[in-house]
Amino acid sequence: MFDVLVIGAGHAGCEAAAAAARRGARVGLLTFRVEDAGQMSCNPSIGGVGKGHLVRELDVFDGLMARAADRAAIHRRMLNRSKGPAVWGPRVQADRQLYQGAIAALLRENGVRIVIAEALRLIVRGGRVAGVETSSGVVLCRALVVATGTFLDARMFIGGEVFEGGRSGERASTALAQQIREVGLGQGRLKTGTPPRLDGRTIDWSRLEGQPSDSHGWTMSALDDRAGQPQLSCAIVRTNARGHDIIRANFDRSPLFAGAIGGRGPRYCPSIEDKVKRFPERDSHQIFLEPEGLNDFVVYPNGISTSLPVDVQVRFVRSLDGLERVEIVRPGYAVEYEFVDPRQLNATLEVRELPGLFLAGQINGTTGYEEAAAQGLAAGLNAASRALDLREVRFDRRTSYIGVMVDDLTLQGVTEPYRMMTARAEFRLSLRADNATTRLGEAALEAGCVGQRRQMQIENHFALRSSKAWASTDEGRADALYAPYIQRQQREWEVVRRDSRVWLPAGLNFGDIPGLSNEMVERLRLARPETLSQASRVPGVTPAALSALYVAASRPVAS
Amino acid sequence: MVDAVRSALSLLEGLRAAEPGEFTRRAFENGRIDLTEAEGLADLIEAETESQRRAALALAEGGLKTQIDEWQTRLLTLSAEAELAIDYDENDLATDPALARECEALAGELREWLERPRIEPLKDGVRVVIAGPPNVGKSSLINAITGTERAIVSGVPGTTRDHIDVSLSLAGVPILLTDTAGLRDAQDQVEAIGVARAAALVEAADVLVWLGEASRAPEHPRLISVHPKADLPERRKPPAGSLPVSSMTGDGVSPLLERIDALARSLLPAEGAIALNRRQAEQIGESAEALGAAAAASDCVLVAESLRQARSAFDRLTGRAGVEDVLDALFHRFCLGK
Repeated sequence: MFDVLVIGAGHAGCEAAAAAARRGARVGLLTFRVEDAGQMSCNPSIGGVGKGHLVRELDVFDGLMARAADRAAIHRRMLNRSKGPAVWGPRVQADRQLYQGAIAALLRENGVRIVIAEALRLIVRGGRVAGVETSSGVVLCRALVVATGTFLDARMFIGGEVFEGGRSGERASTALAQQIREVGLGQGRLKTGTPPRLDGRTIDWSRLEGQPSDSHGWTMSALDDRAGQPQLSCAIVRTNARGHDIIRANFDRSPLFAGAIGGRGPRYCPSIEDKVKRFPERDSHQIFLEPEGLNDFVVYPNGISTSLPVDVQVRFVRSLDGLERVEIVRPGYAVEYEFVDPRQLNATLEVRELPGLFLAGQINGTTGYEEAAAQGLAAGLNAASRALDLREVRFDRRTSYIGVMVDDLTLQGVTEPYRMMTARAEFRLSLRADNATTRLGEAALEAGCVGQRRQMQIENHFALRSSKAWASTDEGRADALYAPYIQRQQREWEVVRRDSRVWLPAGLNFGDIPGLSNEMVERLRLARPETLSQASRVPGVTPAALSALYVAASRPVAS
Repeated sequence: MVDAVRSALSLLEGLRAAEPGEFTRRAFENGRIDLTEAEGLADLIEAETESQRRAALALAEGGLKTQIDEWQTRLLTLSAEAELAIDYDENDLATDPALARECEALAGELREWLERPRIEPLKDGVRVVIAGPPNVGKSSLINAITGTERAIVSGVPGTTRDHIDVSLSLAGVPILLTDTAGLRDAQDQVEAIGVARAAALVEAADVLVWLGEASRAPEHPRLISVHPKADLPERRKPPAGSLPVSSMTGDGVSPLLERIDALARSLLPAEGAIALNRRQAEQIGESAEALGAAAAASDCVLVAESLRQARSAFDRLTGRAGVEDVLDALFHRFCLGK
């Protein structure tokens, strides 16, 4: 019997398991294979613009990702450095093996027990989740976190070929998907893709533009866990007209365009065939060649995810300057998977209709390791509260990107894979990657989920903040830079806060409110906003509908 | 008669008088009209003159909404460009000069709109303030214009201690005529307050009618210098640029009214043109200011932030954000159950 059981040992699952364990829960982590924990199935990097913010935030709660990234970093780059500090994006490239090793070590430190089995069915007793039936017997638990990523009824596409499985060479969770659908959680399918992996030994690096690692000594985690790994260089290469012609000539062999893939892909991370088709005026796209590890010749070409047939992939990558003789180690593929409508979750990521069941990560329609990990943290902390009767931990969109993401997902749902972008955070100037401890330190201490080392770091940070030396720190300087703007925002917060005090009664029947079109009623029913402020963020809800809601909510209840 | 019908109606079951603003509020609640249209309707109800009615009609018919939609679309495009530079700039450039130019262009357009005649002079009347030193005949002039003894006239300097407002319609143009205390070093405290108020009124005047020496007239963009008591023998010759008027004989009153009318009309929106009210102008002004800041910012994060502020000003304008504010402001204005 576990307090909290987590299905899936990806970025969401590992964070969830460790977070619940840090709050004192006995935690089991269910996975197909032990070596899956902490696997980076797509690009070998952690962080970036918006994503780096998430990593810094979950680090404050003693999450795993930032520390593992520091231990495994072989290249560091602060993106957007020429812009204001609010949008600096810390990004590291991590050695795959080192990263997995670091995650495994951190899971052990947190006392998480790994259970090797396939989850087959959820066990529901008295309207609550009570455990999971697995390929090796029943495992009972008080709270369950499902973090199955792209593995729910997943299908992979390479050209005309279709395989079952959520990741190259691995199985899909078909039985579980069936049940998720039965309990009314399934919503639809999304797709994502990955590029072919290249053999770095067959690339002529001397002809490519190098991109060295930052010389600045920043770290992902506020606890400096740098392992002093040697730093490698990346390289930049550009696509050309010849390569675009090859792709264009083979559009009909792409499962995307042939209609085999129905799921919606991310607009902001298109496959190379998408880029060529949708932006015919651009004659070149940038590709970053990123080494996957210190003792690994595999290179990840960032920017050319594809599901074209293998022979086209080979011809295309060989059209690139310096890559004329390159060999493909593993072809790129597209993966289509089932996701759940996150509007059925509340802000703790618990399924509203099925207490004890939490969902985190790509299953909720997001994309990216960092998005998954951040949800894992939220779900894990709250699964522990459910199991051990602890206080809930809610993230606010005014103080964290995690809050922005959870609010967006649970209120607005997704129509394409959700990726964190700084544009989503209206209070962006206050939500910087450099002030995560300031913003969330207190909440982390209150949640009782941090170790001694972290506690000291947070306390020291607050002590420094109230000292004279603060003004000359990077964070202090950024505070001063944005102060006039933030003051102005504070006035806007007031408005939001006031609108959040206009509660929409739980029993409010949107259909009975005069002036709401059927479409509005449907949108509101799905999102179930609790306040006027939340309703204003439900997509497609018009000013007129908001006014009608406001009037309905503030009208005295007819006796 | 009206009262008789009302009391007869009140005896009928299920029938009651409409609350102030109730019908418009219902139309709004039922989603029949949006906020700017509702405001137009409010103006329409309050309209007293034909030109007021037409301006309100333009608003109620959604003319402003169409214009705002266009601005919002452009703003969104600018915002999207700024956000793109933050989340997807592979070359990491600090700012984009083309974006700054476009922000400035839109700001310029909004400022141009703010220069246009507003709805307030049309609704509340053009404020015509009569001012000058004590005992030059300001109150007599008001009485001559309105043809009634509204203001107390006496030979004692400082008789008018507070200002007096008279609403009238000059050839269909709504006018709020204001008599003020004579501007001098006051003799007592009460008069001193009146004098201070008069100075403030002169400042706020749309049209200033000055009855003192032309050389001592306060600076004002729409100033009419009057040479009063022109019937007196020693005042037969008006100085250059001053209009001779006699409140006693009525000579010169008509030419004065014509001058007032001409200046007042320049402040009114053209017939059927969309005119902004104070609330709308405030938000558009805020948006223009934010756009100006966006054009001047040296960091694209601040460009994006300023654009966000410009957008949220528009949101407040249409009622998307700060719902309570907007509705409160609006529904306070309905004083009749129409």
